[in-house]
Amino acid sequence: MIPSHLKSSVGDSKEDAGFSAFGLGLELERRGALESLKVEVMASAIVNATTAVVEWASMAFDAPFADAVVFGVHVDGHLVVEVLLIAVILFQLTRKSYKPPKKPLSEKEIDDLCEEWVPEPLHPPITEEMKVEPPTLESAAGPHTVIDGKEVVNFASSNYLGLIGNETIIDSCVASLEKYGVGSCGPRGFYGTIDVHLDCEKRIAKFMGTPDSILYSYGISTIFSVIPAFCKKGDIIVVDEGVHWGVQNGLYLSRSNVVYFKHNDMASLESTLEKLAHGNKQAEKVRRYIVVEALYQNSGQIAPLNDIVRLKEKYRFRIILEESHSFGVLGNTGRGLAELYGVPIEKIDIITAGMGNALATDGGFCTGNARVVDHQRLSSSGYVFSASLPPYLASAAVAAVNYLEDNPSVLMTLRRNIHLLWEGLSDVPGLMIVSDPLSPIVFLKLKNSTGSLKNDLELLNKIAERVLKEDSVFIVSTKRSVLDKCRLPVGIRVFVSAGHTESDIKKVSESLRRVATENL
Amino acid sequence: MVRLPYLIALSTLFSYGLLFAFGQMRDFFRKLIDWSKSTSEDLKGYAPICLGLEDFYTRRLYLRIQACPIDCFSRPIASAPDAWFDVVERYSNDNNKTLHRTSNTTKCLNLGSYNYLGFAAADEYCTPRVIESLKKYSPSTCSARIDGGTTNLHTELEELVARFVGKPDAILFGMGYVTNSAIIPALLGNGGLIISDSLNHNSIVNGARGSSASVRVFQHNSPSHLEEVLREQIAEGQPRTHRPWKKIIVIVEGIYSMEGELCKLPEIIAVCKKYKAYTYLDEAHSIGAVGKSGRGVCELLGVDTDDVDIMMGTFTKSFGSCGGYIAASKEIIQYLKHTCAAHLYATSMSPPAVQQVISAIKVILGEDGSSRGAQKLARVRENSNFFRSELQKMGFEVLGDNDSPVMPIMLYNPAKIPAFSRECLRQEVAVVTVAFPATPLLLARARICISSSHSREDLMKGLEVISNVGDLVGIKYFPAEPPKCVEQDEKVL
Repeated sequence: MIPSHLKSSVGDSKEDAGFSAFGLGLELERRGALESLKVEVMASAIVNATTAVVEWASMAFDAPFADAVVFGVHVDGHLVVEVLLIAVILFQLTRKSYKPPKKPLSEKEIDDLCEEWVPEPLHPPITEEMKVEPPTLESAAGPHTVIDGKEVVNFASSNYLGLIGNETIIDSCVASLEKYGVGSCGPRGFYGTIDVHLDCEKRIAKFMGTPDSILYSYGISTIFSVIPAFCKKGDIIVVDEGVHWGVQNGLYLSRSNVVYFKHNDMASLESTLEKLAHGNKQAEKVRRYIVVEALYQNSGQIAPLNDIVRLKEKYRFRIILEESHSFGVLGNTGRGLAELYGVPIEKIDIITAGMGNALATDGGFCTGNARVVDHQRLSSSGYVFSASLPPYLASAAVAAVNYLEDNPSVLMTLRRNIHLLWEGLSDVPGLMIVSDPLSPIVFLKLKNSTGSLKNDLELLNKIAERVLKEDSVFIVSTKRSVLDKCRLPVGIRVFVSAGHTESDIKKVSESLRRVATENL
Repeated sequence: MVRLPYLIALSTLFSYGLLFAFGQMRDFFRKLIDWSKSTSEDLKGYAPICLGLEDFYTRRLYLRIQACPIDCFSRPIASAPDAWFDVVERYSNDNNKTLHRTSNTTKCLNLGSYNYLGFAAADEYCTPRVIESLKKYSPSTCSARIDGGTTNLHTELEELVARFVGKPDAILFGMGYVTNSAIIPALLGNGGLIISDSLNHNSIVNGARGSSASVRVFQHNSPSHLEEVLREQIAEGQPRTHRPWKKIIVIVEGIYSMEGELCKLPEIIAVCKKYKAYTYLDEAHSIGAVGKSGRGVCELLGVDTDDVDIMMGTFTKSFGSCGGYIAASKEIIQYLKHTCAAHLYATSMSPPAVQQVISAIKVILGEDGSSRGAQKLARVRENSNFFRSELQKMGFEVLGDNDSPVMPIMLYNPAKIPAFSRECLRQEVAVVTVAFPATPLLLARARICISSSHSREDLMKGLEVISNVGDLVGIKYFPAEPPKCVEQDEKVL
C-alpha cells in the first residue's frame, strides 16, 4: 500500500531527466531518499500485515481454548504452536536418511569388466629347482638298488623290516594276482569288498589286539579321511606343530578349532590343555582330541605316550595316534608305540597307520573300538567314495604281518643297525642327529643353519647329490611343499632297514663324513 | 534329466517320512532307556564320539534298508570282478547289525563293477608282465616319488599316458581320490575361484574345500548357467573386498557316474574360453571307455585336447588297476611335481599296478600286436547301446546318453531299493543300488555298468532277470513298447 501522496512523485521523476548535472545529482539524491523512504514504508506495511495475521491467529486459537486447562496447565495459543513444532521435529528425526538408489550393473558394464579381467597364469614361473628330477630306480627299492646302471646302497626307502624282495610275500602276491587280477574295480560298498580285504582287516585287528580295523586304499588318505569323520565344526583339536601334511589337511577339512603345541613338548601340551579346559564350559557337547604322530617323519622324534595318556585322562580328551612309521618298528614285537610304553591299547581311541613303510605294501588302516570302526564305514570319505585296495596289496599286508609275528628278531637287527649308524655319524662335522635313538629315521640337521629355508635345502641337496654320485649311497633331504605348514628345521633323512648289512652302514657314515667335511 | 511324476514323488516322500518318524520314535525310547541306565565312569565327561544327528541316518535308515538276510551294500566277493563272479553268502544273528561270512558262494552276473574294458580279471597279455614286474620291483617302493620312489616304470607310464591322452606331459598318483584332493589345493589358493558342476564327485568337493579358494556351483551340465555364474563372479570380484579374482577354474566330469550322461564339453569349453577361465576335466569314468580309440570324452565329442587346460583321470575303471593321473602342459606338470603334496609325501604307485596300466594302454592302442583293444572298445559300445535300448523298450526309466557304459535305472521308493537288489541276487544277477547321500533323497536308483567282457548271452540273461524283478517290484514307469515280431506278423497278414 503505497501512500497516494508519493505515487505522483514516482511518476513525475521521469520528466526530470533533462536537468543539469547538479540538478541530476540532486535528483539522484532525491531519488535515493525516495527509495529508502519507499523501503521503509514497505517494511512497515509488511510488519503491520504480519502483526494483523498473528493477532488474528492468536484470537482464533485463544477463542476455543480460552477456558481450557490441560493437566493443570493453562493452554495458550503459543503452546499449540510449540507442540506442533516438536511434532514436526520428531517426524523428521524418524525418517530414514536419504540414500541414492542402487543401480545394478548393466549388461554392457559386465561385458566390459569381463573384457578387462586378466587372470594369473595357472602356474608361477618355473624356477631351476622345479626342473630337478629325482633319480630313477631300475630295480626294486631294497637295501641295494640300481640307479643309472650303477649299484647303490639305498637309504631312501622306508623299508624298515627289509621286506622288499621277500620271497614269501611275493609268492602270496602272485597267487593273488592270478586269482583276482590287479584292481578291485569298485568301491567297498559296490562289490569292491574282496575276501582278502576282510581277512586283512581281521589279521591287523588280531595283531594289534583291537576288536576291528578298517582298510583304506592309500596311506596318506587314511589320516585325512579319519579326522574329518570324527571332528566337525566346533570341536577342539590339540595337535603337535610337527605333524605331516596328511594330518594338516585332515585338520583343515574338519573345520574344527585347531590349537598347536610345541613339537613334542609335554609342558607345552599341558599348559594348552589347561587353558582350554578352563575356557570351555560346554564340555558335554564338544568333542576334544589330541592328535600326535608316534614317530614324526619331519624330525624323527618319538611321542611320549605315557605322559600323553596321563594328560588325556586328566583333561578328558581323546587321542588320535598316527602310527605310519612306528607300526611294525617300535615295541618288542612291533605292535607300535602302545607296546613300547606298556600302555593298554584300549586307552588309545583311534590309531591310524599307512602300510607303505614297515609292511612294504601300500594302503592304510585304522583301528580302535568297534564303534569307531563302524562309524567310518559310512562316513569316511576316503573309504566310501574311493575304489578299494588292490587285492594283491592286501595279501602282501597279511603276509607281512605274519612274517613279523613269526620273526620278531628282525626288530633286533633293525635296532642294531640304528645303533651302528648313530656311532658312525656321531662326529660328522656340521651335522647333528636330532631324532630319537630308537627311530629308524635318522634325522640330521645342520649345526649352523644359513637362516633361510631355501639355502639350507640347497646345501643339503648338494650334499645328497654328491653322496650319490661319488660314493653310490642314496640318501635324501627333507622335501617341503609350499602348502606344508610345518616349520621344523630341514635336514637329511637316512632310512635304516633291517636288510642293511654292517658294511652298508659303515659306507654311509664314511661317505657323509667326507662330503660334509668338504661342503660345510 | 529325471522327470519325477507327482504320484511317485508323493509316495516316496511318504515312505521316507514314515521311516523318519519310526526312527525318531526309536531314538526317543533309546534315550529313555539310556537315561535310566547310568553311564560308566570311563565315559563321564566325554561327549559321545558319534553325535546323535550325524548317526541318525546310519542307525535308523541304513540299517532298516539292510534288514534282510542278504543285504545290499558291501557284499564281499571271492573272485575277480569279471563278467561272472562269486558273491559270498552272509547271515546275521542280530537283525543285520553284524553280518558273518559263510564259505558258500553264489556265481552271479556282475553288473556292478567298473570293468568297462574287461581288464579286471587275469588277462593273457597283462598278467604275465605284471607278475614279472612284481618279481623285479616288489609290491611297493616304500618311498615318495620325489625321494626314491620313481622307477623307470613310472617314467614310462607317464610318457605313455601323455601320449594316449594327447597332452605334452603327465604325472601319476597312487590313488584317484587323492589326485583330486591334492592337486586342486596346489593349483589355486586364497583369491582363486572354483566353479564346479553341482553333481561333481566327492573327491573334487574335498579338493575344493581343502584349498582355501572360494567355491561356486553351477547347475548340472548347463553351459548357460555357467555363463551367468561366470559373468556375475567376474563382475563382483572377491567377496567383501571386490578385488578381481586371481584365477578361475571350472571343474567338470566326462561321464557323471550317477547319471550316466556325458558332459556338454564343447559348449562349456567355448564359454570358458570366452571368459578366460581355466578348465579341469575329470575323466574317471570316460577315459578308455568312450571314444573311437578309447581316448575319452574329448575324442567322442570332437574337442581339441589343447583347449582343456588340465585333464585328470583314474586307472581303476577301464584299465583294471589303481591310481590316477593328471595330464597338462610341461610347465604345469613341472610345477605340480614341485608342489603337490601327494607327489612329495605319499608312497609312489605300486610298480605291478603301473605295469598293468602300461600293458592295458598298449592293448588299447594295438601296440601289443593284436586287435584286441579295438575289439574291446567296439564291444563295450555295442553292449551299452544294446542294453540301454532294450531296457527302455521294456518300460524302465533309464538315464544317460548313448555310448555311455553307465546306465542308472530309477527306483525312487526306499522300499524298492532293497527289494530290487535282493531279488536280482536271488536270481543270480548282482546289481548296485544307490540312495541318499550319493544321490538326491527322492531319486534312488540302480546303476548298471556294462563291460566288454559281457557276452550277448550274459546281457540277455541280465535283461530277463531285470525285467522279471522290475515287474515284481513295480518300477516299469513307462509303457513298454510292443515286441517287434507282432508288427511284422501284422505286416505279413
